Amino acid sequence: MDATVAFFYDLIPALSNLPDWLSYTIIGAVLTVGAFLFIAVFALIGIWLERKISGHMQDRLGPMEVGGWHGWAQTIADTVKLLVKEDIIPEKADKFLFKFAPFIMFTASMAAFAALPWSARFIPANLNVGLLYILSVSSLVVIGILMGGWASNNKWSLYGAMRSAAQMISYEIPVALSLIVALLLTGSMDMQEIVRGQAGGIFNWNIFGYFPLLFIAFIIYFIASLAEVNRTPFDLPEAESELVAGFMTEYSGMRWAFFMLAEYANMFVVSAISTTVFLGGWQPIAPFLDFIPGPFWFLGKALFLVLIQMWLRWTLPRLRVDQLMYTTWKVLTPFSFALILLVSFIKVL
Amino acid sequence: MEAKELLFLFIAIVTIASAGLVAFSNKLIHSAFALMATFVGFAALYVFLSADFLAVTQIVVYVGGILILILFGVMMTHRIYDTTLKTIHNPLAMGIISAAALAVILGLVIYRSPWAATVDKPFVPTTSIIGAEILTNYLLPFELVSVLLLGVLIGAVFLARTEEHKK
Repeated sequence: MDATVAFFYDLIPALSNLPDWLSYTIIGAVLTVGAFLFIAVFALIGIWLERKISGHMQDRLGPMEVGGWHGWAQTIADTVKLLVKEDIIPEKADKFLFKFAPFIMFTASMAAFAALPWSARFIPANLNVGLLYILSVSSLVVIGILMGGWASNNKWSLYGAMRSAAQMISYEIPVALSLIVALLLTGSMDMQEIVRGQAGGIFNWNIFGYFPLLFIAFIIYFIASLAEVNRTPFDLPEAESELVAGFMTEYSGMRWAFFMLAEYANMFVVSAISTTVFLGGWQPIAPFLDFIPGPFWFLGKALFLVLIQMWLRWTLPRLRVDQLMYTTWKVLTPFSFALILLVSFIKVL
Repeated sequence: MEAKELLFLFIAIVTIASAGLVAFSNKLIHSAFALMATFVGFAALYVFLSADFLAVTQIVVYVGGILILILFGVMMTHRIYDTTLKTIHNPLAMGIISAAALAVILGLVIYRSPWAATVDKPFVPTTSIIGAEILTNYLLPFELVSVLLLGVLIGAVFLARTEEHKK
């Protein structure tokens, strides 16, 4: 927190004249609104891109009409539509929990943004346990999904929520284990410390540490994170051909939009984590490119991974439930345990 | 300091209110979800005590693990299409006796422990200290707990498998 406050005092010197509690509150509010705007804009662009990419991969055009050039205003129009839509709550739903669930899910996704390192100097909260913090708040997402699924009082919703919870808690294990492999190399859970340890060009990034051991860890993390954010090929919780829309079936209007926002925010968060831990965070590809600011590299790498997630969605078919459980418990988890053992042995030797 | 105290009061009220909801709510599922607010409130109190690692671990273990297990338990063991699930109230006499016993134990603990009025030490990251302590001074308890957990894990797998064979 202190580093962030110092950063803001540098930026706007007038802030330091205010009493502590007021300036802290202002900085906190600005950061929160900033994170929210970022998620909103990212979701706007992300949804448009996703529709365009899926269109081109399936040899069709995707949205072309709204806004003129390649339908760029389609998601903006959709957002306006969602804002004015009727907010339908089913008669027999648990009304309080039904209204509350989207907020829990969105809060959990947004809380992760507090510990993402954007550049050498700017990280909203420079926590000593940053990585663990992000993992912990992302486990709150499951609660939001379960709450929404239960409160809808609809069998598809509940099936979707159950599947989602089972999937997310199973895949949390390979996620955590593959990150531990990288932590063995860095020796810190502080996000900035992890990034600083990867200075000096692309071959110093963790992904090339003890080649190919950490590369495998990265692949494991990427697969498991796809399952954590319910993306294809692990989109069983929302499998539209069997469960209508999973836990979101009964939701409409802005409440549904909040689930969608949370989902896109999560896509970005998992990409940002792998960027930070494996791809050198805000470090440039080569030292001589240092003049380009950190946020460019950080965003560029994270968005590249988001793009891969979209690409995979239209390439791979959906897994069955038993295949899903087989992948996490019998493939990803043993492999990440083996990696942890190997890397610690090499490190000790 | 004023703002910090207000924040503390807010967190304390949320924690106690949600704990009350857990105990007194008529719907089982509401109790389970209120438990989330209690756990998160506890994590926030740990942050106030400068225990950063403990706070984060609290959320990982209790919210990410135990609470989801409880929710699964509630959702799987009852008629799942019925949201009007009621909590079963225990006999009054037993409740009073167990509450009194708990009150005596807690009272003794509160009375006997030395309390510091304020935490005025500067914040020190605790993660590496905890790690070093576990692997030096507290190695034996740590290993014993690990072996116990391994036993539990194998036992759980064994139980799940035999049940499958019967069918």
